[in-house]
Amino acid sequence: MGLLDKYAALGAQYAQVEAAGVNPFNVTFEAMVSATEGRYRGKPVLLLGTNNYLGLTYDPGVVEAALAATRAEGTGTTGSRIANGSYGGHKGLETELADFYGRRHAMVFTTGYQANLGMLSVLAGKDDHLILDADSHASIYDGAKLGNAQVTRFRHNSPEDLDARLRRLDGTPGEKVIVVEGIYSMLGDTAPLREFAEVKRKWGAYLVVDEAHSLGVLGATGRGLAEAAGVEAEADFIVGTFSKSLAGVGGFCVSDIEGFDVLRVATRPYMFTASLPPGVIAATRAALAALRARPELRARLNDNAARLYNGLAGLGFALGPEPNPVVSAIMPSPEMAFAFWARLLEAGLYTNVSLPPATPKGLALLRSSVSAAHSPAQIEQAIGMFEAVGREMGIIGAEARPAPG
Amino acid sequence: MSDTDAELKTVIFDTLRAALTKPAELSEATHIVDDLGLDSVAVMDFVMEIEDRLDLSVPLDKIAEIQTLGDLLNVLRGLKGGA
Ligand SMILES: Cc1ncc(COP(=O)(O)O)c(C=O)c1O
Repeated sequence: MGLLDKYAALGAQYAQVEAAGVNPFNVTFEAMVSATEGRYRGKPVLLLGTNNYLGLTYDPGVVEAALAATRAEGTGTTGSRIANGSYGGHKGLETELADFYGRRHAMVFTTGYQANLGMLSVLAGKDDHLILDADSHASIYDGAKLGNAQVTRFRHNSPEDLDARLRRLDGTPGEKVIVVEGIYSMLGDTAPLREFAEVKRKWGAYLVVDEAHSLGVLGATGRGLAEAAGVEAEADFIVGTFSKSLAGVGGFCVSDIEGFDVLRVATRPYMFTASLPPGVIAATRAALAALRARPELRARLNDNAARLYNGLAGLGFALGPEPNPVVSAIMPSPEMAFAFWARLLEAGLYTNVSLPPATPKGLALLRSSVSAAHSPAQIEQAIGMFEAVGREMGIIGAEARPAPG
Repeated sequence: MSDTDAELKTVIFDTLRAALTKPAELSEATHIVDDLGLDSVAVMDFVMEIEDRLDLSVPLDKIAEIQTLGDLLNVLRGLKGGA
């Protein structure tokens, strides 16, 4: 019978999770109240799994910009920029992104996912080589698949393995393009970008950095890990998204490379999809302006991140290696992750469950992300809920360890 | 050639045994996903161990075509020979 029979095993797993009554992959909030609060099954819920890093989704300036542009220019562009034309806002946003990064070129895509599809599928052609960090996001793998380059992956965050792979390619014709992320979305760890830049220089390769989770989070002006590590000159292409710190939806790439604009008529994920609506473009421009004008948002975000990370570490949770706005607690099994997640939600705290193969090394993760919009009291409240559920489930010991630092 | 084959087979079987949580009968006919239950990332991670030991890189499109350990052996033989 079955066109969909090949998904039987996956379907059975999903049904099992559904049967438990709360499915982390099928949550519908009844209402959103603010950047940090929603309603779920009749009760208020504190949101700790939104990627809303700067908390700008309800920022009055951002909201007003979206409303004004929608009134003036309508709800949608109803077409692609190549076939149906760009609006002034698309160009304006590209100019502002290029200015923010100090680059000559910027291109806006309709999602961050498409930005990776669009860039990775065309940067490396048939005779070139794409070399991906093993823990890369699905959009990076999919972008690699969409193109025609030879693709290999190197050990996560290992400059040595990257070096070994480039050495093996030495003398092989074709350009080499390395792809890494700023902050990795699963464990919140950052790439050793200085070391990667050195390897890249040594072999004459190109470097793409996906700053999806680090834009607005890292760097003196919020440009991300390349800025924080002082290697922007070596990052030939920065890819990112508007869907996290910029509180909207969309993606982009900035670069200084000669001839960049030819990509607009070469990359299918840019050409064959509708452009972002005026309201989204205007909101993103306002959010980018807020990111630039209000460094205190970044400071508050990072304070909250440190508070949550240190709080959970102090309780004895096994976490990712460094405090960043993504804070993931490593659970003993997927079942424990589901159970922990469900109890937190019951108690009024929303987090995320991440499972293999989306996670590295087969880890089951209870993933949190903090926002500049969280108050310190909300973070403390969340830590308290983690503590209660963690003790009840025996995941942390009965007594609190002293908090580090 | 058969010397290399025996060597490659030893590398594959040893690496896999170290990666598996339970002991398993391994042969060229062993199906990596169906028989050993590895997911797509676990397969790539296991191939990475082999890449280290043999000092070669296996492109992802080649990994995607591998179903059995015999397929893997063929791919590695090709890469070793072609290098
Ligand atoms: C590293 C990385 N790149 C790209 C994306 C895709 O971004 P978007 O959700 O905006 O399409 C994500 C987000 O999920 C991500 O984590």
